[in-house]
Amino acid sequence: MPCVGDWLNSPLSIVQGIFAQNVPNSDWEKKVTEYFKEKLKENNATNWVPSLNDVPVHYLKPNSLVKFRCMVQDMFDPEFYMGVYETVDPNTNARVLHFGKYRDVAECGPQQEIDLNSSQTVTSERQTFYCVPVPGESAWVKEISFLTELVLFCGFLNPQFHAYVSASQARVSPSTSYTPSRHKRSYEEDEDMDLHPSKQKEQHMGNSCCSGGDIHGCVEPKRLETEASAGHHVISPNCSPPLDLNFPLPGEKGPACLVKVYESWESFKVNDVLEVFGVLSVDPVLSIVSSEERDSSTLDPMECMDTAEEQRVHSPPASLVPRIHVILAQKLQHINPLLPACLNEEESKTCEFVSNFMSELSPVRAELLGFLTHALLGDSLAAEYLILHLISTVYARRDVLPLGKFTVNLSGCPRNSAFTEHLYRLIQQLVPASYHLRMSIESMNHSRFIPHKDYAANRLVSGLLQLASNTSLVIDETQLEQGQLDTAGVHNVTALGNLITWQKVDYDFNYHRMEFPCNINVLITSEGRSLLPSDCQVHLQPQIIPPNMEEYMSSLLTAVLPSVLNKFRIYLSLLRLLDYSISDEVTKAVEEDFVEMRKNDPESVTADDLHKMLLVARFLSLSAGQTTLSRERWLRAKQLEALRKARLQQQKCVNGNEL
Amino acid sequence: MSSPASTPSRRRGKRGRGSNPPTPQDARSPPSQKRRTDDTTSTGDLQPMPTSPPADVQSPGAADALFSSPPQFRHSAIPLDFDISSPLTYGTPSSRVEGTPRSGVQGTPVRQRPDLGSVRKARQVDLHSDGLAEDIVATEQSLGQKLVIWGTDVNVASCKEKFQRFLQRFIDPLDKEDEDIGLDLNEPRYMQRLQEINMVGEPFLNVNCDHLRSFDENLYRQLICYPQEVIPTFDMAANEIFFDRYPDSILEHQIQVRPYNALKTRNMRNLNPEDIDQLITISGMVIRSSQLIPEMQEAFFRCQVCAFTTRVEIDRGRIAEPSVCKNCNTTHSMALIHNRSMFSDKQMIKLQESPEDMPAGQTPHTVALFAHNDLVDKVQPGDRVNVTGIYRAVPIRVNPRVSSVKSVYKTHIDVIHYRKTDSKRLHGVDEETEQKRFTEERVEMLKELSKKADIYERLALALAPSIYEHEDIKKGILLQLFGGSRKDFTHTGRGNFRAEINILLCGDPGTSKSQLLQYVYNLVPRGQYTSGKGSSAVGLTAYVMKDPETRQLVLQTGALVLSDNGICCIDEFDKMNESTRSVLHEVMEQQTLSIAKAGIICQLNARTSILAAANPIESQWNPKKTTIENIQLPHTLLSRFDLIFLMLDPRDEAYDRRLARHLVSLYYQSEEKMEEEYMDMAVLRDYIAYARSYVNPRLGEEASQALIEAYVDMRKIGSGRGMVSAYPRQLESLIRLAEAHAKVRFSEKVETIDVEEAKRLHREALKQSATDPRTGIVDISILTTGMSATARKRKEELAQALRKLIQSKGKAPSLKYQQLLDDLRAQSDTAVTKEMFEEALRALADEDFLTVTGKTVRLL
Repeated sequence: MPCVGDWLNSPLSIVQGIFAQNVPNSDWEKKVTEYFKEKLKENNATNWVPSLNDVPVHYLKPNSLVKFRCMVQDMFDPEFYMGVYETVDPNTNARVLHFGKYRDVAECGPQQEIDLNSSQTVTSERQTFYCVPVPGESAWVKEISFLTELVLFCGFLNPQFHAYVSASQARVSPSTSYTPSRHKRSYEEDEDMDLHPSKQKEQHMGNSCCSGGDIHGCVEPKRLETEASAGHHVISPNCSPPLDLNFPLPGEKGPACLVKVYESWESFKVNDVLEVFGVLSVDPVLSIVSSEERDSSTLDPMECMDTAEEQRVHSPPASLVPRIHVILAQKLQHINPLLPACLNEEESKTCEFVSNFMSELSPVRAELLGFLTHALLGDSLAAEYLILHLISTVYARRDVLPLGKFTVNLSGCPRNSAFTEHLYRLIQQLVPASYHLRMSIESMNHSRFIPHKDYAANRLVSGLLQLASNTSLVIDETQLEQGQLDTAGVHNVTALGNLITWQKVDYDFNYHRMEFPCNINVLITSEGRSLLPSDCQVHLQPQIIPPNMEEYMSSLLTAVLPSVLNKFRIYLSLLRLLDYSISDEVTKAVEEDFVEMRKNDPESVTADDLHKMLLVARFLSLSAGQTTLSRERWLRAKQLEALRKARLQQQKCVNGNEL
Repeated sequence: MSSPASTPSRRRGKRGRGSNPPTPQDARSPPSQKRRTDDTTSTGDLQPMPTSPPADVQSPGAADALFSSPPQFRHSAIPLDFDISSPLTYGTPSSRVEGTPRSGVQGTPVRQRPDLGSVRKARQVDLHSDGLAEDIVATEQSLGQKLVIWGTDVNVASCKEKFQRFLQRFIDPLDKEDEDIGLDLNEPRYMQRLQEINMVGEPFLNVNCDHLRSFDENLYRQLICYPQEVIPTFDMAANEIFFDRYPDSILEHQIQVRPYNALKTRNMRNLNPEDIDQLITISGMVIRSSQLIPEMQEAFFRCQVCAFTTRVEIDRGRIAEPSVCKNCNTTHSMALIHNRSMFSDKQMIKLQESPEDMPAGQTPHTVALFAHNDLVDKVQPGDRVNVTGIYRAVPIRVNPRVSSVKSVYKTHIDVIHYRKTDSKRLHGVDEETEQKRFTEERVEMLKELSKKADIYERLALALAPSIYEHEDIKKGILLQLFGGSRKDFTHTGRGNFRAEINILLCGDPGTSKSQLLQYVYNLVPRGQYTSGKGSSAVGLTAYVMKDPETRQLVLQTGALVLSDNGICCIDEFDKMNESTRSVLHEVMEQQTLSIAKAGIICQLNARTSILAAANPIESQWNPKKTTIENIQLPHTLLSRFDLIFLMLDPRDEAYDRRLARHLVSLYYQSEEKMEEEYMDMAVLRDYIAYARSYVNPRLGEEASQALIEAYVDMRKIGSGRGMVSAYPRQLESLIRLAEAHAKVRFSEKVETIDVEEAKRLHREALKQSATDPRTGIVDISILTTGMSATARKRKEELAQALRKLIQSKGKAPSLKYQQLLDDLRAQSDTAVTKEMFEEALRALADEDFLTVTGKTVRLL
């Protein structure tokens, strides 16, 4: 059992302690971060901290230390706060210094007043980020990261968390955790719960016990439905329309969070994936203050500076959008819980992990190839390309050209057989974050792809294409029918095209556009050649047509052992992070080869083809765990390309004959 | 000195929102009484203190004597201690000025400056509570002359004197600003401004802080650090000078000084807690402006019992309602009379940082602005402005019902001065609009760079390094980025000469044309990128839109207008539809856009260079065809391009080898090497910006000669074979290119080497695009008439052959179309296409030799 001090449950008292010791000088802030850094370095300490991703807010103790894995969706304006302030007791005239850092509300005792004019007051600056859970995060990521916490079982320290853990344990499958119902709750209900916490808890326990036996969770949705409708009932009388939590993808769940960053916020960017450790603040005062401000706005023009929408967005009820005051924050290279969080080579532990995995790389690759070949109905060439696609990542940009993107267009997909649907489900099992975009006239005309700035509410309204790095975007073109695209539709298609060619999305700021670079793996499934641009088109040649696609695909998935599946996941995430180089010798050989090829057939071999071949060679080497290009790999890459091209040629002929 | 009670001063909202009739003789409420109803005793004493009658101005000793008096009564009026020394809190300083006897002036009303004092930082005002004030004042007093406003190092008298000296003496003949039309730069600038105020009657004096800084560094520092105290002092000084000079002048209210261009902060992102209560200048874009908010400045209360009236001024955003009537001592009898209270206009504006200031990957910051009185409604959403104002942070008010306070401050800027940055663009005043300032080191470095012999090649190489070779194309684009010199021939009836260079790239797909376009678009500050496929004429030019709120017609500008002074990159030029393309005719030669739509008729400037890329019509370039035939663009449009480049895939082993090496290196090159190139991009950008705004080369004698020769030569070449190979348009292109090349060298004079390079590049481009594929000779008529001379000859020959064929058939009145074609094909030794045949038929029909009806050919 890990021994944990107060720092988990009441980090603010620790801060208070450090603050009191070092009060005259200002380096107490540094000491606080150092203290927590030390604490979190301890064995597995990061896993003891309850995560907002897995545990509903109302199970967490206010002002305790929490962690949150999230994507920066929007950045609000920096705010000035009272870093240090003084309170006065009007009766005794006693003055006490307090710190305002890591707090939303300047606290003072019942008999005290805050002296706003004290010379001791220090004004500091912090930045607020609006963070949402990583869009499109796969269920297995949530599940595994939750289970690691379960295994460590630190919840016993926090009775509420403990209750939740035991409840979910009974339910077995944490992926269907609470979140669906929670944003439908009004905060009234939450308050109600605060009043009768025990009752509420029991109720939840009871619920989960009922559904506990049901592993597949078939009962679950029904229960949620009733709960949700009940929730609506409660809301309707006096609540404004439910708050739009601004998730990039429709149907996303989970808590959105206002993350207050105190240090080096310049280094974070929109769409960065962060893991933050900080103090959870769900003080109901926050929402009360804002509502009262609204009431008094008629009195004081100072307060009506912001519109009502802006108020709603920038200070939503804390029960819906909790605040986290960040003590430590780090950018994540990946969100795969099976890998060590940061992969720098100094740490021996990660080194060990990597080298261990590398040693058994080739069997894993072979197995994965086999698995994908089956998934692609027996087409091994397509499976090979799919692996290359899945480990591709934009590793650099040369002026405007993104290097390392590898958009694959899988043409020749059987129509109307739900093949693409099932293929996506398999990919979802392999990558940490993904989204399935079913293209149709309807969806192109009516969805919001590009994030745009809403100036009335002063926020960036998210769109489908606001995705974190290395998210897999699977575009399904097989559902597309003939029809008319309207202006929005044309814009959306253009945005997709830009995304694929330049790996950037132009966010719409109404008066101007801003370019945001991104790194999204796009896979297009289509019948013929896709209408979107792509780096490489692979024509699927199914060897087997299973009579029942659903059965076939699900049996495929159940046939894979969970441990093997995890290996696939590690494989795909790890190889993406490897470095790569080409030796001078091989460069020469490639040169020779290219010149030779041009000589033989100048029409069909262009600079573009060389680009492609180099890309294929790069990912082919990496997929075998090699970080330099060898002659054999180069030849193999050429061979693959030749096969692929031959197939396309063949396809053209077939089509030509048909015409 | 006249008694304050007789002061005709009063406060008045500009729009008369308070609608109280002017009461200049309202002796019951002199300014001081109005302010603090509670300190009745001290009013009389207080009045003279900060007043500095003009007589005293030149003698600081006398002023100081005045200033030494206040501490004596400080003790009698404790709650006012601090306020006394601040001219601001005392009231607008000008109130004292007009209190001084002056010949026949009715007195100009004072206007409060809510921009300075609407929100006072509590810490300063509440001084009296911690009992320190007395001590400090005492020590200050002992220092005698060194008396300063509490909390600052500002001495009102010396500050005023310095500012007056500044106004009277500041001359800077070198600094030319756009507002300086009609100013004599060798005379004191601000005295002329005052004269202007006298004539125009707009009582605002804009003062460039940069001038102040060069004049008196210390005064500038004081202005930046204590604007709230210093600006009223400036007001006082300006008014004294003004009314000294123009005693008979009648202004709406007294002059207010509006400093601008404070160098303290330029970027919104750099604002930090240290800037609070300081004068700052930031640039940004207005994104939202609120409705007008009437803000009460002074409340008017009347006792319901005895009808005694009193006025209460706003204090930190609150009006303290008097609870006891001073006249009849009834409690809670005072009622607020709304329409006799005074209001001032106020507006909340949201400013967002300009896109250029934003670091990549972050969302823009916004800041709230409060504009007061005249500045209300001066800017609209979408405007780019430089705002000078005072940065404020206000703690969120203590809620009476909750003991805790939100520990966050609200911040805003009280606007003192706006300066629109893009207003000039519409008026077509020349010069670059972006006032990009270069540091001296940077300029040195750029100049150093320009002296290098190979600077032209160097820059060309730095352009889009990831695109391999195509050196001449890069050079062409480089010259396009620099542009020619702008010439104005309006008085001779030709209007503006185009200075922008237009370039068309055509060639095989996949030869990184789009990439080049993207690069250029990212490089230039005002670039636009459109695709011919997706853009309509409307999107390119401008369209009229009905504003949903105001039901007003608004002109929305399109890509071409937006890229005025920049480059408009048009991809897939060939896919553009006819009507859209026709818009370009005007833009590409006249550099303007005429719009007549929904009752709005106007001509907008579109001085944009066009960089277009086109794919050949058959997806692959057919070397056997001419440019026109390959891209199917009207020659009227093509002739407007200065340079037309073919981007073809060269078939050459050495080239392939170099290309391969280049690409391979792209795929594994180390980060550092890339960094180097990124550096280059910034330097390149600055280099171009500098050259565009500061270098304006003119033709030298030699260069002119060389150009003439070049042109004559070009025409000679053609005339030898009976065709014309150059038109005046080509000469203009040559001049532009030569000028641009001179700009690259930072040379003010176009020399022969520039002409040589222009000639070479022009020839290269011609060689590529205007070579007749059948003869291999450069033939400009391909571009100007769409057909080469040989092709025309061939057409005639074929027509003759057809005529012969028909005549040989004898007297048959009608012939079968297909039959005739087959016969002609059989007879001819070259392949005859259907098109050629039809053309020949048409030619014969034009000669009235035959008519074609459906599938039969009838002889006439």
